[in-house]
Amino acid sequence: MIHALDEAAERLGLYIGQPLANARAMCPDLRVFDADIVADAKTLSDIADWCDRFTPLVALDPPHGLFLDITGCAHLFGGEATLLRTLVRALGRQGFAVSAAIAGTSVCARTLTRQATGTIVADGGEAEAIRSSPVSALGAGEAITTGLRRAGLKTIGDVASRSASEITARFGARFSTLLAHALGQGDAPISPRKPLPDYIVEKRFAEPIATDTMIAMTLSRLADTLIASMEKQGKGARRLEAAFFRTDGVVRAITVETGRPVTRSAVIDRLFRERLDALADPLDPGFGFDMVRLSASRTEIVVQEQRDLDAHVHDNDELAALIDRIAARIGGKRVVVHLPQDTHIPESAVLAASAQHHLAAAMQAEWPARVASEPPLRPLRLFDKPEPIKVPFATVPDGPPHQFTWRRALHAVVRVEGPERIAMEWWRQDGKQLTRDYFRIEDAEGLRFWIFRDGLYEGEVFDGDGKPASPGWYVHGLFA
Amino acid sequence: MSGARMSALATLRSQIERIETAEVVHPRDRIALGHGAADAALKGGLARAAIHEVFCEGRQGAAATGFVMGLAGRVSARRPLLWVRQDFSELETGALSMSGLSELGLDPRRVVMVRAADVESALRTSADALACDALGAVVLELWGDVRQFDLVASRKLTLAAQGSGVTGLLLRMAAQPLPSTAETRWMLRAAHSPPGSVWSAWGAPVFNAELLRNRHGPCGRWIMEWNCDECQFSEPSTYPQPVAAAPAHRQDPAVRWQRRAG
Repeated sequence: MIHALDEAAERLGLYIGQPLANARAMCPDLRVFDADIVADAKTLSDIADWCDRFTPLVALDPPHGLFLDITGCAHLFGGEATLLRTLVRALGRQGFAVSAAIAGTSVCARTLTRQATGTIVADGGEAEAIRSSPVSALGAGEAITTGLRRAGLKTIGDVASRSASEITARFGARFSTLLAHALGQGDAPISPRKPLPDYIVEKRFAEPIATDTMIAMTLSRLADTLIASMEKQGKGARRLEAAFFRTDGVVRAITVETGRPVTRSAVIDRLFRERLDALADPLDPGFGFDMVRLSASRTEIVVQEQRDLDAHVHDNDELAALIDRIAARIGGKRVVVHLPQDTHIPESAVLAASAQHHLAAAMQAEWPARVASEPPLRPLRLFDKPEPIKVPFATVPDGPPHQFTWRRALHAVVRVEGPERIAMEWWRQDGKQLTRDYFRIEDAEGLRFWIFRDGLYEGEVFDGDGKPASPGWYVHGLFA
Repeated sequence: MSGARMSALATLRSQIERIETAEVVHPRDRIALGHGAADAALKGGLARAAIHEVFCEGRQGAAATGFVMGLAGRVSARRPLLWVRQDFSELETGALSMSGLSELGLDPRRVVMVRAADVESALRTSADALACDALGAVVLELWGDVRQFDLVASRKLTLAAQGSGVTGLLLRMAAQPLPSTAETRWMLRAAHSPPGSVWSAWGAPVFNAELLRNRHGPCGRWIMEWNCDECQFSEPSTYPQPVAAAPAHRQDPAVRWQRRAG
């Protein structure tokens, strides 16, 4: 089956959806390549990245279309006509066949690209512009297009001349809405790929830049501008994105998040330096970047605090700044604080949460108080997954073992405290969880273990035949 | 090598020695651990704004963690603690449990954990963190012999700690001591609970701590008990002291080797 073809093939009379054998019969020396839908989608998304330079609102229209909302952007590029020409020529240079049009509604523009590329429709002229286009240009689907043709409606003008209720009754409400949008009556909103950032600053270069020093200098200048415009509204940035537009069309975006709103350009500068420094695949300038954009995609209102007198506030700020720097370098998920959870299951009693977002909550968390003058009841090091141990025999069925093998070493039990019985939370878990009996154990060397028997004797653990089996033993943690 | 160059080298060497030994540590920059004999050997306590190394065998990891946590609790003085560890050490000795930490009488609210993927980023993060004076202590937990942690890396950490006044604690599990710029170096083992009836519960954590190296005083070996209620070390009352006669002024073998090589 033919998935796509070029102009020469089209002239020969081949068409999309034709079986390959038929096409080969018509043209024996046909050159065929496997369709790679994933790579096509990737290319479209790369082109969309590149189009970010014209407007932040770029939406995908798969399989091979893009919508750009250029409202308020066109004058930056010398007007709509110049923008359209620049875009088509630049993409053409990169080897793409482009058809583009500008219109008041996205559906109208899309219809025009299929028929009259390069058209710019003035406001209100939509219905007139697409009057003579064939109905297939609407992109309404195979069934509707065939239906329209059978009804003798060949052009969009023909369809528009019928009353809306007739069209709705015959082809459905969705098609009549599509038609209305194409004719410029109301507009379907496009869904941009990225949310619109709160603040954007960018710098274009006539001569592409490639050196690290130039990139760093550009970033810090952009940071100054960004901070200046945010300061006017009393805002600080929580998430920043730097996008580097390479001359050959590749766009690389780098994001930095902070735990507190940033209001100083030196901080932005340092965060990006850390981030760029630690990239697994470094920024490759190739033949240089012709544009760098810095945007604040999440901002917050900054509360000014009295800083000089309060050493505690200063310390917290310093700590937050340090956490931001480390997170920029190695990733936000790798810096964590701990929050107590309301459960007695040992492995879920503590939640590790990102330090950038939960530092304040963690500093004020209420931890269960320890019992005074008791030895530690919980181990200092806890295994994520309890490790099975071999217990040769237990003299008392419900009692602790006399010796056990863990990691191929035999440990003789010298002191025991227990059992501490922890039943599982039947109201939270759906599967059957076994009751655990925990023992605190000291071996002959003085090493201290927290071991448990998974399940009670007689009644909880069964073998394959349904007969009672002996439960397994595990090491769950190590005491200091 | 010509005589002039030799003498220039000797001058430089003596200068470096003077700089290194001139770090005057005031008594107020030392934090008493609570264990009388150990504090005496340390001239009043553990020095702040310096690096301290704690070594242990692989299976003694939990005991050494407890000891390091105790030291960190003593020196950090209610300021935040940054704990940097490799991913690998969590598999070997388990994750640091905050419930266990609060059972030791320490505050889990002030612990920020950094999970570094590899040794380089762990070292880099620790050096950054040691330069931040808002922290009380930085703990770097490394598993096994680490090639990247050489004399240069150790000096970097020491300089950062001296600059900011933050104490650096290195937890080296399953590693061999190598020359470093640490102020003290300890070898940790778990100690038995004090003798009592065999089938009775054990009490507070007890450590068999050997001070292998001490820049400004003698070495020694003590049995130290962590008192969870008072948050300090102490001499276990029922334990026979001392365990072994400690040589008063023993040279660190690593340093002797380093001098000869240098």
